[in-house]
Amino acid sequence: MNIIVCIKQVPDTGSVKIDPTTNTLIRSGVPSIINPFDMNAVEAGLSLKDTYGGSVHVITMGPPQADEALRNTIAMGADNACLLSDRAFAGADTLATSYTLSMAVKKIGDFDIILCGKQAIDGDTAQVGPELAEILGLPQMTNVSKLIEVKETTIVVEQELEDGCEIVEVERPCLLTVTKQVNNPRIPSLKNSMRAKKAEIPVWKAADINADEARIGLKGSATQVVKIFEPPKRTDRRILQGDVEEMVTELVTELRKRL
Amino acid sequence: MNYFLTEEQQMIKDLAAKIAAEKAVPLVAELDETEEFPWEVMKTLASSDLFGVYLPEEYGGFGGGVFELCLVTEELSKVCCGMGVCYAASALGTLPILLFGNDAQKQKYLPDIAAGKKLAAFGLTEANAGSDAGAVATTAVRDGDFYVLNGTKQWITNAGEAEVYTVIALTDKAKGIRGASAFIVEKGTPGFTFGKKEKKMGIRCSATRELIFQDCRISKENIIGREGMGFIVAMKTLDRARPGVASQGVGLAQGALDHAVKYSRERVQFGQAISSFQAIQHMLADMATQTEAARALTYAAARMIDSGDENISREAAMSKLFATDVCMKVTTDAVQIFGGYGYMREYPVEKMMRDAKILQIYEGTNQIQRNVIGLALIKESAKKK
Repeated sequence: MNIIVCIKQVPDTGSVKIDPTTNTLIRSGVPSIINPFDMNAVEAGLSLKDTYGGSVHVITMGPPQADEALRNTIAMGADNACLLSDRAFAGADTLATSYTLSMAVKKIGDFDIILCGKQAIDGDTAQVGPELAEILGLPQMTNVSKLIEVKETTIVVEQELEDGCEIVEVERPCLLTVTKQVNNPRIPSLKNSMRAKKAEIPVWKAADINADEARIGLKGSATQVVKIFEPPKRTDRRILQGDVEEMVTELVTELRKRL
Repeated sequence: MNYFLTEEQQMIKDLAAKIAAEKAVPLVAELDETEEFPWEVMKTLASSDLFGVYLPEEYGGFGGGVFELCLVTEELSKVCCGMGVCYAASALGTLPILLFGNDAQKQKYLPDIAAGKKLAAFGLTEANAGSDAGAVATTAVRDGDFYVLNGTKQWITNAGEAEVYTVIALTDKAKGIRGASAFIVEKGTPGFTFGKKEKKMGIRCSATRELIFQDCRISKENIIGREGMGFIVAMKTLDRARPGVASQGVGLAQGALDHAVKYSRERVQFGQAISSFQAIQHMLADMATQTEAARALTYAAARMIDSGDENISREAAMSKLFATDVCMKVTTDAVQIFGGYGYMREYPVEKMMRDAKILQIYEGTNQIQRNVIGLALIKESAKKK
């Protein structure tokens, strides 16, 4: 079972702030982490490998620093990793990103399953996984909350829906995006951490994956972020105090006024 | 302070800290209450290869030494001294095999211990042999290709949970302690059972039980070294394990200090954070200085042992004595800084103060450590004449 996992390095949103004058993210001094859902995707890949054998190949598109994120996945047990990094990739929206990833997947070639996190916590679009599947012409299942069984040519998974779950059997090769429910990401081992430190992580540029220049980076993007802003803070909040009955009465009165 | 760790040592420390933060912290208060063994944390330490940091590579270990063992123990003890001892006590039980075992014994036991598949435990103490370790009464009588063990070991850390036990018993009663030998006994050997789990003041997630031997027959291959070497095995083992106990003290003290610093900045009295009062600052300064001094001494002792120096009893005892006395003081002061909240189980430092006390008692009381140090001084002085 050969698995490709796509990950993204994101700013730790717990500590990100927005500059009120320019409305841009203040990234300096903010630690980068692997998108938490992508950690679940890595773990899903590793546990499939533990059970069925094969290999786990992790890819990411990003600046040179994203090398660190890839090393962390090797420390968890991934076999290989490669970094898609080129100035020409800069400014990519989800469409250009998924095209770029698709070209890397084609270069890697042999795979049974592609795993992605269900969305990234910075952009929250949840588009890259589905777009990647479309570009590659693969069946896809989003919001997978459980990997149930691998059969000869299929995989059975549980998909989270708004009002419940459904169990679906998907033809392989396929692409799955996973939720937090799917597993608990493992802690790295010392041996794999040592391996990660020494691992050679190739950097692939646009030419290395035969990418069409018109479809990558800003040029290949169908959307553009026009403005980022922080919604105005609510200033009319009140914390009620006193005994429970008084507070409830007051709360009900206030709510009635607003009906 | 910079202790100039190698890249590998830093990696070990970071990994242990990650496990402590992510896997141990959520369980600390619960396991203190339920007194359940922290298997989940032990399993993570195992899958992360941390049980093998001090064992040679040829037996599946990482090739480090006591220093690496101390790094992991310290990080665990920062969040829970009970989990720290579950980990460190396995090393204590393993050291006799590592130091005095033959190659067959090492091949048989060390790889599983290095992989964390099996925990180990060390059995020396008995009801009437505490500080006076020479008073052990458990016997091992040779019978053909076997030894037959009879007697009871008391307060054995990891007992019941561990698979591999190294036990001191008398093969020649007439010779007293010179007639003691060390043996490997596996869990499940007929005639080998455990007493009830003891109820303790602190380190409550760790398991403490009796080892009960009733006509327990073990192969003669299970003797460590030769007959009569038991006391030497025990003493050399304890010498090398003492920085491990010291690092429990260092970790626990650091954990309590960190809580105290944080709390002092949050707690407002007289209209300001209590950290703005010099009375508190001076307490914190003393706690931090003492903890750092304890760490420096512990690391120095561990590195001295790893250098291959044989003459280490004094330094090992100093590290254990100093770091655990510091730990008792620092955890007590942390409770003081927390005030009434510090006395409540809802806050973490109450448990830390309870946990600290045992460190001054086990693996040689701090009075015994002083004996060891004093004796070494006198011996050294006598040699010079």
